[in-house]
Amino acid sequence: MRDEQEEMLTMQMEAPEDVLGEADTLKDQLKRMARQNKLAVVSAVVILLFVLGAIFAPVLTPYEFDQQDVINRLASPSAEHLLGTDELGRDVLTRLLYGSRISLLVGVVPTVISMLAGAVLGICAGYIGGKTDVIIMRLADIMLAFPSMLLAMVIMYTLGDGLINIFLALALVSWASVARIVRSETLKLKESVFVEAAKSMGVSRLKIMCRHIFPNCLPSMIVLFTLNIPSAILSESSLSFLGIGIKYPQASWGLMVNLGRQFLYTKPWLSLAPSIAIMLVVLAFNFLGDGLRDVLDPHLKDQ
Amino acid sequence: MLLNILKRCLQALVVLIGVALLIFIMLRIVPGNAIITMMGEHANPEAIERMTAELGLNKPLYVQFFTYISGALRGDFGTSYSLHVSVSSLIAQAFPNTLCLALAAAVVAWLIGIVCGIIAAIKENSLLDRLFMGFSLFGVSMPVFMVAMVLQYLLAYKLHWFDISGINDWRGFVLPAIALGWNSAGSIARLTRSTLVEVLQEDYIDTARAKGRRRMGVILFHALRNSMLPVITMMAVQLSSLLSGAVICETIFSINGIGRLAVDAISGRDIPLLQGTILLSTALVILGNLVADCLYSVLDPRVRKGD
Repeated sequence: MRDEQEEMLTMQMEAPEDVLGEADTLKDQLKRMARQNKLAVVSAVVILLFVLGAIFAPVLTPYEFDQQDVINRLASPSAEHLLGTDELGRDVLTRLLYGSRISLLVGVVPTVISMLAGAVLGICAGYIGGKTDVIIMRLADIMLAFPSMLLAMVIMYTLGDGLINIFLALALVSWASVARIVRSETLKLKESVFVEAAKSMGVSRLKIMCRHIFPNCLPSMIVLFTLNIPSAILSESSLSFLGIGIKYPQASWGLMVNLGRQFLYTKPWLSLAPSIAIMLVVLAFNFLGDGLRDVLDPHLKDQ
Repeated sequence: MLLNILKRCLQALVVLIGVALLIFIMLRIVPGNAIITMMGEHANPEAIERMTAELGLNKPLYVQFFTYISGALRGDFGTSYSLHVSVSSLIAQAFPNTLCLALAAAVVAWLIGIVCGIIAAIKENSLLDRLFMGFSLFGVSMPVFMVAMVLQYLLAYKLHWFDISGINDWRGFVLPAIALGWNSAGSIARLTRSTLVEVLQEDYIDTARAKGRRRMGVILFHALRNSMLPVITMMAVQLSSLLSGAVICETIFSINGIGRLAVDAISGRDIPLLQGTILLSTALVILGNLVADCLYSVLDPRVRKGD
C-alpha cells in the first residue's frame, strides 16, 4: 500500500520529465521526423525492404543458396540469373537475399546484447559511483583503446569461427562506448529533481535505477541502437572478408565480396553487388539514425 | 596543467597494462594446445613436452605473463611460431609501411574533410551543404574494401594510372591512402561543419567582422582556429579506426604492414606474432589519445587555466 502511494507520488513528480507521456511524445516525435526528414522515411522503407527480402528469400527466388550449376559458372547477368552466377554457378541474387539474413542478424543481435550490457554497466557506474564506477570505466577504457577490428579478430581467434561467436565478438567490441554514454546520461539524471524526490521517499537504489534512470536513457539509447547497427554490419563484413567469421557454404555479404575478389577484373559484379548491398543497408541505418537523433536527442550530435 | 598531463600519462599506463593483460588472457584460453597445432597432430609426445618447456609454456601463467611483459618492455616479443624469426624484427619491417599508409590516409582525410566541412559551414543549409553532408554519410557508409576495390578497378586496372597492388614507390601508397582515408574524411567533414557553424555564431566573430576584416580572413583565422579543438580529439579517435581499416587495405593492396601480419598470425595460429602486433597497434592508439589530450590542454586556454 505504502509502496503504491509512493510510486504514485514519484510518478506525478516525473510527469513533467516526460516519463508518463513517453509513448505519446515518442509517437509525436517520430511523426515530426517523418514530416521533416524525408530521407529518414526513405531509409526506413529501404530497411523494411531488406528485412522482407531476408524473410521471404525462399519465396522470392527459385534457387537454393548453395545450389551449384557448374556448367553455368561465372555467367554474366541474364534473365534467369539477374546478377549472374558465381564461381560455382550459384545464383548471386539468391545468395544476396540469403546473405541479408546474416547481415541483418549480425547488425541487430550483437547490438542488442551490447546495448543491454552497456546500459546496465553504465547506469551502475554512474549511479553507484565510487569503486564500481572506477572499475567499470577503466575496463571500458581498456576495451576502447583497441582498434575495434583487431580486437574482434583476437576474440574470433579465441572463440573460433561461427555466427554465435561473431555475435559475441561484436557485442564485446561495442559495449564500452554504450556504457560511457549511458553513464554520462545517468550522471545528469542523478542530479534531477525527480530522482531526488524518489530518494527522499526511500525508494530503493535498484528501483530508482530501473524505473527512473533507465526509461530516461531510452531516447539516447534508441539513437545509439540505430547508429550501432551499421557499424556491426560493417565489422562483420570486414571480418568475413578477411576469412575470419562466417564460413563457406553459408552466404554472407562479406564472404561473397571476398570470394568474388579474385574475379574483380573480369566479373566485377561478383564483388560489387554484395558491396553495394552492404553500403545501402549501412547508409539507410545511418540516415535513419541521424533523423532519429535530430528529434529524440539533439545533444548527442557532438559525441 | 603539468599535473594534469602527468595524471593522463599515468592513466594511459594503467590502460596499457590492462590491454596487455587482456590480450594475454584471451590468447591463453584458446581451446586446443598451440604447440600441437604448431607441430602437427601426430608429433612425438616427448618432442611436444620439450617444445613446451623450451617456450616456457609449462610455467604458471603469472610467471609467463611477467616474462612476456618484461620482454615486451625491452622490445622482445618472442619468436614467431610460424616464421621462426623474432616478432620484433617482423614488426620492424612492417611498421614503417603501416605508419606511412596511416599518415597518408590521415592527410587525405583531413584535406577532403576540412575543406568540405568549411565550405558546408559557410554555405550553411545551401544545396552545396546538403550535397556535401549527404556525400559524407555515403563516405562513412562505404566499407573500406569496397572503396579499395572500386579504386583498384577504375584507376589501376582500367586507366593504368597506378599499380594494382604492392608498394614500389610513393605512388603505391596513393590508392590505399584514399581507400583508407575515405571513411574518416566523411566524419571529419561532418564534425568540422558542426563546430564551425557553432563558432561562427559567437560574438567575437561579429567583433572581428566589425573591425573590418574580410569574411574569409575571419573564417580562416578566427573561426577555424577555435573550431579545430574537437577535430583534434577526433584525430585520435580516427587513429584507431585507421589502424582497423589498415588491416583490410593492406590485405587488398598486398602491403606488408602490421594489419597483414595480424591476419597472417591468425591463419597461422601464431600467438607471439598476434600478441605483438595487437599490443603495438593498441599502444599506438593509447599514445595517440594521450598526445591529443595533452595537445588539447595546451591549445585550449580554458582547460589550460582551469587547472
